[in-house]
Amino acid sequence: MTAVAPPRATAPAAPATGTAARRPGRHGVNRRGPWLAIVYWVTIAITLVPIVYMIVYSFNDAPTNRLSFAWNGFTTYWYANLVNVSGLGQAFVTSVVIAFLAAIISVAIGLPLALALERYRFPGRGAVNAVVFADIAAPSIVVGSASLSFFLSVGLGTGFLTILLTHVAFDVAYVVVVLRARIAGTSRALEEAAGDLGATPLQAFRLVTLPLLAPGMLAAGLLALAMSIDDYVITSFVAGPSVTFPLFVYGAAKAGMPPQVLCFGTLVFAVGLLVALLNGALNRRLARTRG
Amino acid sequence: MSAVGTAGTAGLGAGPGPAPVRHGRRLRVPFLLAVVGTAYLAVFFVIPLVSGLIVSLMSGNPDDGYTFTWNWGIYGSLFIDPQVPYLTFLGRSLWYGAAATVVTIIVGYPVAYFIAFRVSPRWKNPLLMLVFVSFLVSFVIRTDMWAFVLASQGPVVTALQAIGLAGKDFHILGTGGAVIFGDAYNDLAFMVLPIYAALERIDPRLGEAANDLYAGKVRAFWHTTLPLSRSGIFAGVLLVFIDSVGDPVNSALLGGTNTYTIGQAIQDAYSGNQQYNVAAALSTVLMVVLGIILFIYARVSGTDDLEDLV
Repeated sequence: MTAVAPPRATAPAAPATGTAARRPGRHGVNRRGPWLAIVYWVTIAITLVPIVYMIVYSFNDAPTNRLSFAWNGFTTYWYANLVNVSGLGQAFVTSVVIAFLAAIISVAIGLPLALALERYRFPGRGAVNAVVFADIAAPSIVVGSASLSFFLSVGLGTGFLTILLTHVAFDVAYVVVVLRARIAGTSRALEEAAGDLGATPLQAFRLVTLPLLAPGMLAAGLLALAMSIDDYVITSFVAGPSVTFPLFVYGAAKAGMPPQVLCFGTLVFAVGLLVALLNGALNRRLARTRG
Repeated sequence: MSAVGTAGTAGLGAGPGPAPVRHGRRLRVPFLLAVVGTAYLAVFFVIPLVSGLIVSLMSGNPDDGYTFTWNWGIYGSLFIDPQVPYLTFLGRSLWYGAAATVVTIIVGYPVAYFIAFRVSPRWKNPLLMLVFVSFLVSFVIRTDMWAFVLASQGPVVTALQAIGLAGKDFHILGTGGAVIFGDAYNDLAFMVLPIYAALERIDPRLGEAANDLYAGKVRAFWHTTLPLSRSGIFAGVLLVFIDSVGDPVNSALLGGTNTYTIGQAIQDAYSGNQQYNVAAALSTVLMVVLGIILFIYARVSGTDDLEDLV
């Protein structure tokens, strides 16, 4: 650190030598050329294209209840008849219930595992790390087909329960990764202080560690929720007769998409955006009060 | 971290007190903490992967059921004497995955670089969030909206035809290009995030030092920034490549008859034809092939500490 600093201190003298005059705004590395900004904004614009189409066509006054290219005027009819498509509402409820349950369970399972992996060295730690990593990296298609093989071999009928079990299995890995990062950023000094003041380890955990990790648990839970509610590939194997929202949409996409699917997508997008903005505002406020 | 903790305890003058207790608990506490999560992952992730291998060695048919027979022959029959060209599907999937990975690096690196080095700190998080904003819409809906946008009667093709850049027979939907685009689109954020994280760790003064040592812009980037962000690229490649190769959705919704992938083959063998042993064998092969490719890539790129990536 300090070794790098001195040359920097002499830098202002450099322009006189002429070599640096070639590039006068050296400290202005941050403001050179518009190309990166253009790439960034064009990329973002492209990522938004399907979302814009989804929102716009959810208001299209289409003559049939199938998505079509022609624009027939603005209507809120599809929003008013949101659950008029047989199975769609039920699929959405199923997805939301599974996502919430999977998120809660995976945080409950993942928090102690993350604490163990981040704070302790123990035999088998490397193997557990490798399994967590493999859980994230393994292709969904392999995980899905393997899970189905497993449920078939143990004779567990596929349905709501098997979807929940597999969703927790992949959610846990994401929860552990997020929580480990948070735990690494949390000093143990406060817990040790609690211990010095007479708290038992469990009390110290409940009164000090848990509140400190609460924001991290929320973040991990939201990620788990998002991963679960959006999963198509793994669910398609283990769903049995159950239908989740992505499964319904996939079936609809092959047969012809009812506009209500776009309405659901738009509503979820709006709620998600709201949560993200509120979260951002809250974080900024917290940062300000702390700073 | 532990150094800070010890110093804190020592400072409070309570060092000798809790230390022996912690020592005695050294193994019991982490085991108790880890046991539920580890058991869960073992039962619902590791054992299923193994049972996939076992199912692949079964023989039988959908009507009479399957029995375990050490039927190694299935691996040969799938690839050597194929009634269905699974090898073609596998090769095609690897090509789509590789192409999509390259696209996400070419697009994702400048995006990550922009956020890391060209904006003020207070804008970094919002701009990073913007990369993920499309995740608020269900993956299947997004992919199907692309099918809508890229269709022959859709806005992109009609616009290209209107300005004379495309002929009457020109189409995007149903081609391998559309599938690669879809894969890259869906996985872009998984490339941007690790590259951004790696770039953030680079001390900006290193670039200045390179400039001070008369490295030009390009050479400074090539010899300092790029090598230092290699771990990020590696993590991104891992995530994007694995996901794209196995993905059945983009090839089903954006592709056509000539873009059938191994992911679709596994899915159809399982749910369509109930050839459980075939499906399990295909996914075992897919996993082994991916494992070999990524192992070689890890060796070549010199990254061997996978734990760093988690």
